[in-house]
Amino acid sequence: MLATLLVVGLVAWLIANAYVDGPAYFITIGFIGLTNGALYALVALGYTLVYGILELINFAHGDVFMLGGMFSATMILSVFHLKAGASVGALIAAIVGSLLVAMAACGVLNVAIERVAYRPLRGAPRLAPLITAIGMSFILENIAIAWKGPGYTSVPSVLPHSAVFTISGVSYTWEKLIVVMITLPVLLLLLYLVQKTRQGKAMRATAQDRDAAAMMGIDVNRTISFTFLIAGGLAGAAGIVYALYFGEIRYDTGFSLGLIAFTAAVLGGIGNLPGAVLGALLIGFIQAFNEGLTWHAPGSDWTESIVFSILILILVFRPQGLLGERTPEGG
Amino acid sequence: MRRRISTSVSAAWWAMLGAAGLDRARWRRLPRTTRRAIKAAIWVVIGLLLVWGGGVWQWSALPMAAVILLLVVPRYDRLTFRGRRVGRFVVPTGVLAIAIAYPFYASSNGAVNPGMPQLPIFGPLPQMSTMVGMAVFAMMALGLNFVVGYAGLLDLGYVAFYAMGSYMAGWFASSQFAKQDVFFGAVGVTPGLTGFHFSIWLVLIMAGIATAVVGVIIGLPTLRLRGDYLAIVTLGFGEIMPQIARNGDSLFGTGFNLTNGTGGITPIDPPGFGNWIGHHLHLPANYLTLGTNSDRAFFWTALVLVLITIFTSARLRDSRLGRAWVAIREDEVAAAAMGVPLMRTKTWAYATGAFFGGVGGAYYASYNSGAFPDEFFFNISVFILCMVILGGMGNIWGVLFGACFLEYLDQEGLSNVGAWLNGHFGPGGSVFEVWHKTLQVPLYEFGIYGVIIVVIMLFRPEGLIPSRRRAAEFHEGVHDQPLYDTAA
Repeated sequence: MLATLLVVGLVAWLIANAYVDGPAYFITIGFIGLTNGALYALVALGYTLVYGILELINFAHGDVFMLGGMFSATMILSVFHLKAGASVGALIAAIVGSLLVAMAACGVLNVAIERVAYRPLRGAPRLAPLITAIGMSFILENIAIAWKGPGYTSVPSVLPHSAVFTISGVSYTWEKLIVVMITLPVLLLLLYLVQKTRQGKAMRATAQDRDAAAMMGIDVNRTISFTFLIAGGLAGAAGIVYALYFGEIRYDTGFSLGLIAFTAAVLGGIGNLPGAVLGALLIGFIQAFNEGLTWHAPGSDWTESIVFSILILILVFRPQGLLGERTPEGG
Repeated sequence: MRRRISTSVSAAWWAMLGAAGLDRARWRRLPRTTRRAIKAAIWVVIGLLLVWGGGVWQWSALPMAAVILLLVVPRYDRLTFRGRRVGRFVVPTGVLAIAIAYPFYASSNGAVNPGMPQLPIFGPLPQMSTMVGMAVFAMMALGLNFVVGYAGLLDLGYVAFYAMGSYMAGWFASSQFAKQDVFFGAVGVTPGLTGFHFSIWLVLIMAGIATAVVGVIIGLPTLRLRGDYLAIVTLGFGEIMPQIARNGDSLFGTGFNLTNGTGGITPIDPPGFGNWIGHHLHLPANYLTLGTNSDRAFFWTALVLVLITIFTSARLRDSRLGRAWVAIREDEVAAAAMGVPLMRTKTWAYATGAFFGGVGGAYYASYNSGAFPDEFFFNISVFILCMVILGGMGNIWGVLFGACFLEYLDQEGLSNVGAWLNGHFGPGGSVFEVWHKTLQVPLYEFGIYGVIIVVIMLFRPEGLIPSRRRAAEFHEGVHDQPLYDTAA
């Protein structure tokens, strides 16, 4: 009932805004939301994968993503020497190269974190690994400070800003398309991996019941490590997308974006892969509309408050999320 | 891995002692007091040697060592007086006496007392302004200990209560609401200033109550959630509150200035007892007119607040409510089956913790004469949580130690350590130049806390000074599966 009212009010607000600002502007904002959402999806999937298998909120995940951005910034700047206006071939080579390096580095980093900080605490009270995750998060942030300093690391805007297509005065630019072009194959690959492969089957089995999976001959530790590898890879991919699209990254980028992505994962139903993508897109749209629209929008000062309010409301009223199933644990 | 490390450490230790003619069997045969005396003496001698070799030696270090030995070695617990066990008050009273006397020794006229020894690496003993911070954070850490230590609920948004307390002081002891003009026992207000000016003592209580109410409001819908979800929700509140503080100078375009935005609310009235009491009882009329001695007054007042917090902690811990908290922490299902009302008990833990966070925040705001929104970040929540974890969840001594040590590091320790490191190993270092750019140790403060958190959770999850019960829980494991479905 309340939720229906809320959705109706939201839609009315959106329509009013579309009317006030004109549809062209509205759609432009929508494109921004889509792009943000695609980025959030990559990070949110990492949260959801780890939560699904360990029931652990991997607090350090956002910071792994941030380090991924730093890795790719280093690759782009110091290895490929990419500058604005580079040729298409050089651009593609640099992006793919940096993507692979960042994914590999973050995957390995994530596995190492799991090995050091979470695995020794498997049998401990549930909050113990969460606390170490917070500690790891701070350690990673400080590694970033030591590496890149406390200021922003900027990446030149190498992505072309020309229009891909234009509908009634609204242009969809290449930079946004490239974000989606990096995100979509990674997502499809992940879905294939989890749904179709043997390793994915082991992951799903471990997520359902760790003991039973072990009895069926699944190497649980290896499966968990593999999950962290995948999640880290996703974070690395998100890192390069962020570095390319926003052009600057700082040690605390991962913390705030990680919390937004976590909210997205909870919104979609934590542990549920399509749910994480759906939640991320929704959050992306909400953020873009909040920051972009003019008619009675709270504005960017309040984005975090809105996102966290969504998080709190979802957890209190529908903890299984939009797509999640209701489990005895309520997760 | 951790077992291997601790065994090898203990093996090395025994090998060293064995070389000195004390093997394990002989050690066990010694009376317990002797063993304690030997242990304490070894530590004290190590400490003295370090001060002598690496710090600044003063002969006053010897009486200090003697006092420590006197406090640690004898087993006062057994001491009785007319059938009453007064012994257990000896050590707390001694520590309290040291704390009360400390301002007379620590500094003279705001400078470091040259007669005091200085520790190696860490440098001089803490100054008075640091001591005030230590006392305030000890209070807040004890407040968080109600939630994390006693009830076993992870609260990642404790900074919200700190902020709430600070802003309560900002609202009711400053000229923030200049259209109002209410004056009630405040001291040190410039004549002609309007706004709410309540006496700080009243504001402290008001802040505590208001914050406790906020705690209940936050807690009621969320405390049904399972542990890790609860942590995230509290984190969310901890992020929302400062954002309201930052953006609250014109709430929703109405122009109503609630928090004065990023500028914060300043100045906030100082504490004081007013002229009448000042004249008749010789208590300071206004802390700020004490000059260089004002920090002492602030420290002693904070000490009183800490004592109240400790008293409440100890009494509540042993009360019916406290036992209910422990029961919930150890096994929610069993506790509920035994008739412990889960929601009410958890909400009480939350409200009590919030109360002390609010009082501490209000007092610190009065000391700093301002409530600034950039003090209230997630980092502070983790800072306070780290105090509780480092010292030992659920143990008052542990939490006190954790709070004092970390706040000392925050205020002075890290910069002293950094100066020492740079002086010895930095550019142009006196020992060997290891790095060539000045290392800014305070920049890595939270990384250091992160390392502390991880190391403690991995190797000694019960903290440095553990409560015996909590240690058992960590080592034997508990059932912390939730009873309630998280759905409404």
